[in-house]
Amino acid sequence: MNMLEVDGLGHTYKGKDGSHTAIDGLDFTVGAGELVCVVGPSGCGKSTLLRTIAGLIRPSRGTVSLHGTKVDGVPRDLAVVFQDYSRSLFPWLSVTRNVEFPLRSLSRTEREARAVEALAAVGLAAAGKKYPWQLSGGMQQRVAIARALAYRPSLLLMDEPFASVDAQTRFELEDLLLRIRREQDTTVLLVTHDIDESVYLGDRVLVLSKSPATVVAHLDVPLGPVRDQIGTRASEDFVELRAKVAGLLQGGPVSVR
Amino acid sequence: MNRFTRTAQRWVVFVAAVALWELVTQLAEASGAAMSFFFPPPSEIALTAKDLWFSSAFGKHIVPGVGRMLGGWALAGVIGVAFGILLGRSRHAMAYLGAVFNFLRSIPPPLLVPFFVAAVGTTNMQFPTIVFGAIWPVLLNTVDGARGVDATKVETARVFRLSRTQWTLGVVLPSALPKVFAGLRLSLSIALILMVISELVGSANGIGNQLVRAQRDYEPTAMWAWIVLLGVLGYLFNTVLLALERRALAWQPRHSLETQALATGG
Ligand SMILES: Nc1ncnc2c1ncn2[C@@H]1O[C@H](COP(=O)(O)OP(=O)(O)O)[C@@H](O)[C@H]1O
Ligand SMILES: [Mg+2]
Repeated sequence: MNMLEVDGLGHTYKGKDGSHTAIDGLDFTVGAGELVCVVGPSGCGKSTLLRTIAGLIRPSRGTVSLHGTKVDGVPRDLAVVFQDYSRSLFPWLSVTRNVEFPLRSLSRTEREARAVEALAAVGLAAAGKKYPWQLSGGMQQRVAIARALAYRPSLLLMDEPFASVDAQTRFELEDLLLRIRREQDTTVLLVTHDIDESVYLGDRVLVLSKSPATVVAHLDVPLGPVRDQIGTRASEDFVELRAKVAGLLQGGPVSVR
Repeated sequence: MNRFTRTAQRWVVFVAAVALWELVTQLAEASGAAMSFFFPPPSEIALTAKDLWFSSAFGKHIVPGVGRMLGGWALAGVIGVAFGILLGRSRHAMAYLGAVFNFLRSIPPPLLVPFFVAAVGTTNMQFPTIVFGAIWPVLLNTVDGARGVDATKVETARVFRLSRTQWTLGVVLPSALPKVFAGLRLSLSIALILMVISELVGSANGIGNQLVRAQRDYEPTAMWAWIVLLGVLGYLFNTVLLALERRALAWQPRHSLETQALATGG
């Protein structure tokens, strides 16, 4: 069974000055253990898509199902990593407390154990006592990832998680994500406007059209589970795929085959 | 700069001003100037203050006065923060109540005294006057702070399904805390003012009551002693509150704390 099923999903924002259809008629699935990237131009409705999946907004049309159950309100076993890490973390809590904060139903010892484990996984084992403002942007985003991991969601949503860090840090965080999902078998749906990133990270790439977003193509990424920033990006498969995605983003479905 | 030079820097002008005042008033007294009766030298004020503050007046007047002030301020703080958070996070409440609150806040607090005298009588009106006057800065600042929780934090809280308590006490309250403290500091000075003013009018005890008594008995040195006490109390409470604030907001980046300390003279 699929972890996530999206059926005929559409959302129209109603405002004072008319209404705006952000996404329309989206259909796709994500299987357990997959890392699926959704790539689309800025403003096409990627965040809207993630918000409807997370149950933060009720879609105007269509349904989202998690483990075969229709999403109505925020599901219990889902976590989100936002682009804006500095706002998403709680500045008055230490790094460890930030990671533990959503785990209120667990015992204190279990919370601590999970935080230690998650912080070690993102390479921040020594930073637990620091406050977010004492860390660099990339490290803050690691904390946000650790918080999501400690929550042990069956589905991890990521909304342009690496768009606000410098290129070097972005590469590090991308490899961190690949390593974590190899080790922990996490199911991830990540949206990005960065074509290279979508191909580098994804098992599959969903290409969205301009607003209102519809799915233009599903592409399998045959690059295997272990990738590296230099070799993979230079490989023939990678170069071919990124060109294909770029073509799709520019010309829509007409230009494919 | 080390601790010693910082302390010296803070007090040097104050000490010099008092010394100058002492000199001028001593000279005036020696030359027999008429006004010197109303402007006694600081040393004389200090002696009188020592006798007055540490006499039976301490239990009879200072404790009740300070008690009213701190009690009224604390109650205003609790009500202001609780309602401020509730109203600040309510979608429509401030649209209805904003104008009313701004109107009530705009009334100069001392004008509440005659009203409360009429409403509850001269002996009981000090406490409600202080509470009613001190509540607005805390309430409106807390509303402001509670509203300022950014959209990403709201969504983060929803995604992780935080409980109502976690959301209110763990996210909204700390977000609002810098504004809450700004409000509490304003309220504290209003509480001090209202304490004295309400005691000037027919109170059976308190610092204001002693100030009026000294005036009636034609004792300017005693009046000065009570005025100095008010200054000392205001300074003391503000310093303690600033220290509390610094502890409570220790999670803020260092530089923003220093800016705040500068702005408030702490
Ligand atoms: N709350 C909202 N109300 C009205 N319009 C919105 C709202 N959020 C997003 N939009 C509009 O929907 C479109 C898609 O937004 P978004 O999903 O944030 O795009 P993306 O994440 O792909 O950049 C944009 O044109 C944006 O202006
Ligand atoms: Mg977005």
